[in-house]
Amino acid sequence: MSDGAARLRAAFPTDRAALIPYVMGGFPSVEQSLDYARALAPYADILELGIPFSDPLADGPTIQAAGQRSLAAGTRPGDVIDIAAALRGGPPVVLMTYVTLLIAAGPGAFFARAAAADVAGVIIPDLPIDEGDEIRTAAHTSGVAVVPLAAPTTTDERLHAIGRESDAFTYLVSVAGVTGGEVAVDESLREFVGRARRAIEGPLAVGFGIRTPAQAAAIGGFADGVVIASHLVRLIEDAEDHAHAIAALDHYGAELIAALAGARTA
Amino acid sequence: MRFGPYGGRYVPETVISALDELGEAYSRYREDPDFVAELDGLLASFVGRATPLYLAERLGARYGIERLYLKREDLCHTGAHKINNALGQVLLAQRMGKRRIIAETGAGQHGVATATAAALFGMSCCVYMGRTDMRRQRLNVIRMKMLGAEVRPVDAGTGTLKHATSEAIRDWVTNVAETHYVIGSVVGPAPYPEIVAELQSVIGREARKQILTVEGRLPAVTVACVGGGSNAIGIFRGFLNDPEVRLIGVEAGGEGVHTGRHGASLGHGKPGVLHGSLSYLLQDDDGQVVEAHSISAGLDYPGVGPEHSHLRDIGRVRYESVTDTEALAAFIDLSRFEGIIPALESAHALALLARDGAALGADGPVVVCLSGRGDKDVEQAAAALGIDV
Repeated sequence: MSDGAARLRAAFPTDRAALIPYVMGGFPSVEQSLDYARALAPYADILELGIPFSDPLADGPTIQAAGQRSLAAGTRPGDVIDIAAALRGGPPVVLMTYVTLLIAAGPGAFFARAAAADVAGVIIPDLPIDEGDEIRTAAHTSGVAVVPLAAPTTTDERLHAIGRESDAFTYLVSVAGVTGGEVAVDESLREFVGRARRAIEGPLAVGFGIRTPAQAAAIGGFADGVVIASHLVRLIEDAEDHAHAIAALDHYGAELIAALAGARTA
Repeated sequence: MRFGPYGGRYVPETVISALDELGEAYSRYREDPDFVAELDGLLASFVGRATPLYLAERLGARYGIERLYLKREDLCHTGAHKINNALGQVLLAQRMGKRRIIAETGAGQHGVATATAAALFGMSCCVYMGRTDMRRQRLNVIRMKMLGAEVRPVDAGTGTLKHATSEAIRDWVTNVAETHYVIGSVVGPAPYPEIVAELQSVIGREARKQILTVEGRLPAVTVACVGGGSNAIGIFRGFLNDPEVRLIGVEAGGEGVHTGRHGASLGHGKPGVLHGSLSYLLQDDDGQVVEAHSISAGLDYPGVGPEHSHLRDIGRVRYESVTDTEALAAFIDLSRFEGIIPALESAHALALLARDGAALGADGPVVVCLSGRGDKDVEQAAAALGIDV
């Protein structure tokens, strides 16, 4: 197990589901996104930090637009790694990046720089488990965990293969779709998490379309973590200024933690 | 399935099972006599295959080529080679029990072909098209609507093929259970590049047989335009195992490759991942995909099919580029010297002959894939050439 994987596993609390909030690096600027990450850090068990990409296939309109604004402001992948470095000492950071950015940087160089910034893991939504040996080797060498994804359409056989690749945690995509839709907390989601549980050892975090504390709490009742992304980006977009955005994130983070804590005691 | 190091399946996990299902279905049906007979029958009676191999004497004389042949894909039903692939994929989708068809389109030819095939099989069809392309290929938007397809405008970025493809993939990820995504070129995650290549290889099989019949020999040179590269792969596959046939792909040079405003991925890109496969890609130092530029909507794409990347690296195919201006000149040449108005895409292949004709024609017959007709382009070409209507 890489050092990053061990840190991520240890970050999952035993008495409630982990909260994994997302911040798009460089949206609307590098400095402001660092402030947003700092506002969420007290509530985050793990922090997910997005590297903006020109063609994010797995993302819906909200994260696409945030990424475009970040790129228009001149954000480069190295700037986002610098944000992670500035967050050192807080919750472990996982970077969310598309695969071609790693190819362009060179996987070895990318992960060496990420490890130097204490990045614990990386989520690559367009790198299924059967691709990217060179990337996985480079990540492992640097002690950065690659967090695999599984989807409701994933077969049981593949879930087992994903489990073998997963040394930190596994990211379960709640619905067939892109980020920013609306999750349905229903029997089919429970069934999917149950299938994943039987095939995969280690924590299971559910993401895509989780908006409300009630949804987070309901999913936190049967999963080990919840990822909240697009909704946080919307809170920032809708705030009248930077200070209000920080206040909104602080308020929402506290609400989420209270809801997650209540889910297991109820 | 890879082409050298290129290709792969760099897509969200959600669609992996659908790609597996597609690969299995295609392996089964490509050998299935009923499927093959139905597809071949439709290619003959509905598409109008085999398309002619036409000796273009006056254009040949103008370009200094003694024996210049055009493979007339412009005579296919719907006006371009795109129908060969769309029909095959929609027939496959029908066999797989899918009820909904989606596609992306740049120039609109693939959208029209897919809408046509969907109408033929009574399936619902949704085509994603960039807003800029909807404006410059307005006629094809109207045709798709006539055929009963929904055309969804894509406003992201420059509103061109790259953005339309991304939206189509997002739709597929969301509706994967009931939807088949008819990708329009030899791009995308495996097994798409191979499926599209096989469905288009009918072009090369016919051309090879036809040139042997009329000339008693293989061509010295075969030329095709390359955006994603499906007409090129289609004709090249007929000659890949004939080392004496020189193969040349022509990319969009746009306003000139030195300006940075072009679509020449193979000439000026680096390997990277776009739309699910590893291939040459126009990108900046960080790997962000940059916008392509071409007067031709079908070549206005920063990526290219993975098989082309491999053929480039091993030196089997040489890739060149011509500018918007050169393509427009060839567009007029073919219209005036042969009475054939070509698609702006196909005009790129002809423009290479205008530049290098004497050298290319020195060793024997030259075959050009005339991938489509130019009805869709007349308004844009008239505006670019200052022709008063």
